Amino acid sequence: MTPPEASALGDTAVAAGFAPLTIWSVILALALGSFLLRFVFIGFIGDRPLPEWLLRHLRYTAVAVLPALVAPLVVWPPATGGEPDLARLAAAAVTIVIGWISRNVLIAIFAGAATLYTLLYLLG
Amino acid sequence: MSSPRASAYFWKGFRDGTPFIFVAGPFGLLFGVLAAEAGLKLVETMTLTATVFAGAAQFTALQLMKADTPTLIVIASALAVNLRMAMYSASLTPFMGAAPMWQRALAAYLMVDQSYALSIVKFETEPKLTVPQRMGYFFGSVTPVAVAWNLMTLLGAQVGGSIPDSFALDFAMPIAFLAMVTPMLRTPAHLVAAAVSITIALLTAGLPYNLGLIVAGLVAMMAGARTELVLRRRGLWT
Repeated sequence: MTPPEASALGDTAVAAGFAPLTIWSVILALALGSFLLRFVFIGFIGDRPLPEWLLRHLRYTAVAVLPALVAPLVVWPPATGGEPDLARLAAAAVTIVIGWISRNVLIAIFAGAATLYTLLYLLG
Repeated sequence: MSSPRASAYFWKGFRDGTPFIFVAGPFGLLFGVLAAEAGLKLVETMTLTATVFAGAAQFTALQLMKADTPTLIVIASALAVNLRMAMYSASLTPFMGAAPMWQRALAAYLMVDQSYALSIVKFETEPKLTVPQRMGYFFGSVTPVAVAWNLMTLLGAQVGGSIPDSFALDFAMPIAFLAMVTPMLRTPAHLVAAAVSITIALLTAGLPYNLGLIVAGLVAMMAGARTELVLRRRGLWT
């Protein structure tokens, strides 16, 4: 057993690591699985036409999946143990508003990051 | 690239993709740092990063492994996060499906949020592009990100736990993804899809194994497609 101070610094995990079989089976399965997921349509379907209803759904892939990926991380950030955090909520809001106005990814990122750091500094 | 025109599009893509190194760089750095803190060896971290090449899935796997989750659930959850890549692949198939098999296989390996987002916008706004030009653009758009992602993961894995928490690197990914999505909200149907996506993701956050993400993504796609259909029928689609 390791004292709590040490594990808070992450020392326990560094010392222990993962069982090689576990980590390498995860790596192998994820590498093969990720490739197959990415290859399934573009590789197997090729240039055969896809039906219109499918294309109509696929137009919304990115705007359907990415917000769902991010929303829980904004509202319940893992870094604060899941407690809603003013700095992160404000940074997300500013990123969206500036992204909407500017239509520019990089400007939106800088605005969001600036908001996050400013508020984290001010709120200590 | 086989023709000079395709190589010109490679460099167009490269220029459009370059800003994303400011996204993928910190994100890769963070992954390297967290992987080192979780106890992954350098060779394990770098093999994972180079072969899987999908940040969100890698973070998911790392998070679950740290929590001593059974291996099968780690794999299933990380692949669930990557299901959107299948949708990206399908979405780009009408534009890139006629390319040679080796190019399609390489494109599949390099299919990430950034290369998809840049390419789909380019292909839709310039429908007259030839297939080699499209492949050139796609590979160009992902090259800066691929290099930055791997190099910064390597750096992060070596720096390890010495980056203070006050840098709040945890929030690099949410900000980057929000910045990417917002400019995509071009039509009322896209707005509906995003709103439904957020609502359902928050309502289903308690579901195990990232199932909420899959449910939210599928329902939001249907909501977007439905909205488009309704607007078209009323003659409001532009």
